[in-house]
Amino acid sequence: MKTILRLTICLFVLLNSSLVNCQSKMVPIKGGEYTPLYGREGVKVQVADFLMDVYPVTNDDFLKFVKENPTWRKSKVIRLFADERYLIDWINDTQLGPEQQLNSPITNVSWFAAKNYCEIQGKRLPTVDEWEYVAMSNETVADARSLENYNKYILSWYEKPKTFDNVVGSTFKNYWKVYDMHGLVWEWTSDFNSVLITGESRNDVDKNSELFCGSAAINATDLMNYAAFMRYAIRGSLKAKYTMKNLGFRCVKDIK
Amino acid sequence: MKIHKTQAFTLLLGILLIFGCSDDDKKVLAAKDSAAIVIQGTVKAELTAPPFVPQPVGNRPAKKLLVDMEIIEKEGEMADGVKYVYWTFGGSVPGSFIRTRVGDEVEFTLSNHPDNKLPHNIDLHAVTGPGGGAESSFVAPGHKKTFSFKTLNPGLYVYHCATAPVGMHIANGMYGLILVEPEGGLPPVDKEYYIMQGDFYTSGDNGERGLQSFDMKKAVEEDADYVVFNGKVGALTGDNAITANVGETVRLFVGNGGPNLTSSFHVIGEIFDNVHVEGGSVMNKNVQTTSIPAGGATIVDFKVEVPGTFILVDHAIFRAFNKGALGMLKVKGEENKKVYSGIKQEGIYLPEGGSIQSMPKEAKTKTVAVVQEKSLAQKIADGKQVYMKTCFACHQATGQGIPNAFPPLAKSDYLNANVDRAIGIVKHGKTGEITVNGKKYNSVMTAQNISDIEIADVMTYIYNSWGNNKTNVTVDRVKKVK
Repeated sequence: MKTILRLTICLFVLLNSSLVNCQSKMVPIKGGEYTPLYGREGVKVQVADFLMDVYPVTNDDFLKFVKENPTWRKSKVIRLFADERYLIDWINDTQLGPEQQLNSPITNVSWFAAKNYCEIQGKRLPTVDEWEYVAMSNETVADARSLENYNKYILSWYEKPKTFDNVVGSTFKNYWKVYDMHGLVWEWTSDFNSVLITGESRNDVDKNSELFCGSAAINATDLMNYAAFMRYAIRGSLKAKYTMKNLGFRCVKDIK
Repeated sequence: MKIHKTQAFTLLLGILLIFGCSDDDKKVLAAKDSAAIVIQGTVKAELTAPPFVPQPVGNRPAKKLLVDMEIIEKEGEMADGVKYVYWTFGGSVPGSFIRTRVGDEVEFTLSNHPDNKLPHNIDLHAVTGPGGGAESSFVAPGHKKTFSFKTLNPGLYVYHCATAPVGMHIANGMYGLILVEPEGGLPPVDKEYYIMQGDFYTSGDNGERGLQSFDMKKAVEEDADYVVFNGKVGALTGDNAITANVGETVRLFVGNGGPNLTSSFHVIGEIFDNVHVEGGSVMNKNVQTTSIPAGGATIVDFKVEVPGTFILVDHAIFRAFNKGALGMLKVKGEENKKVYSGIKQEGIYLPEGGSIQSMPKEAKTKTVAVVQEKSLAQKIADGKQVYMKTCFACHQATGQGIPNAFPPLAKSDYLNANVDRAIGIVKHGKTGEITVNGKKYNSVMTAQNISDIEIADVMTYIYNSWGNNKTNVTVDRVKKVK
């Protein structure tokens, strides 16, 4: 059944023929202006049009990738580019762990590995702005951040253990027809460390007036900030060679 | 003459100033330099889950103390049938108890379990340094961080997670206590326990079953669904009660993780002999209730003189009986009638005076009043009123009781099995262990000071509510139960 589904997606993509590979379907994201969490109120950021993977990269996708690119096999990878937990649940270089499913998101990969994966597909990692821009939508509206339900959904995900075992597409399809932006795994972005949230979140409040953190600490009723802070916090705790069981990625592509 | 006077005054002032700054005062003013205490050797810290504490430090020299703590996000039970995902230091709420002495160099390693979803850190109030260690310990899942600090001030201190959003991390259980003993240790006692209060905010109301998620709105509004000791309802009641023997001294290390509420900590039937006010060096004596701020702690000790069950509460009392802030200290041993007599005598209270009164004989024949039995509907309606006035506080609105303290009346096998026994309990009270729906309860129900008619009404109401067996209890039947 899954194979049939895959083939169908593949055929669909081929018929559309605007996209080269059938590993992951991409959808167009219409760019625009938005106020990011970390921006100053009223200062908007421009996001250009781009294409984004519908699903996060799966175990299956990454398996194919390491078969074709041996430098990223777990036995070969250079420690500078991935820590000791890189693909830790895999039995060996080309076999998933007994508990892992082919269509679950790939996790325990470093930023370097994710970046190279996308490049080899002719794509790239999304920027924080691109990722956040797509992630602020719910099923029906492009910017759902002021809606209580949207924020509640994200906050409740933080409390659900082991969602990394779920398969891609198991959360909702958002306004842009992109799945799993919330509720499955965290995702790498190309500039994940550009907004520095140090370990001392209260200090961020004090020092960096450009962060909304400051106003959020005073006006803590803002659920949007709470839900999103967690993402900035997790990004802030990472280094490029880190790997995490809850952290995967997806790719984007510029529209020429 | 005038000049002379002024000079004398200046001289006097000078003398006063000199004597005012005596050697004793200098000692008080000059802070003892704990940073200069030399450490001797290395030791791995013993960490304990509540309500237990590690062995006293006593008079050991200052050492390098290795503390290894793991952060685990895991599902637990807030109350019977109510599940909650706790974020923990060391797998328990509150987190593992850390015991140090002044001058120790604590080398702290914080590990974030790979299955966890979030980055965390630790802010120890015992740390003198930015963030209390938070910045140095910010750690992603699957990683660990090590930092060290010198314990400069003796006292009992809270630690907690300080990762954004700080309130949510604390509200999910990320707090605990670290004790810094003074030189030579604390005075020895017979029993020591670790208790920490916390307030919880769930998507459902108090008692709503199933997996409950954290409710940010309620947290911001400080509208707690649960206020509990040691992370859950019943963590310190029934079989989990802390214990002591008559004649022993008991020390409680009591913290308040918050995130929001201040605790009015009280032990019913005891007076604290000593209280380290706010966990610091000021000693207060003979205290009934001590205030523990959110993010604060206190050390209390007292001697237990008589046996029995002593109830630990937040004396903001609805929290104790309605939200869970209730624990038990069970004391075994010989009665001491000098300290506490128990019931000495039961008698009839006659407001008009103690002289013997008798009814005129001829009246007796006339006054055998016949009680008119009410309709079932009327009894249920009247019984409900009695229930709300007399029984509600312990057995709760829908007869669900309070876990580990007061048995349920709803669908109660004990209640439905024997109507006369139940009537007897309402009439005469009940002390000791009973088993209701497979769970043991050991508490006291006092005899209820209500009339036979009221007993018939309230029993009928209870039997005709919440899935019970619909017995219609008559006044006659109540009268027959001796």
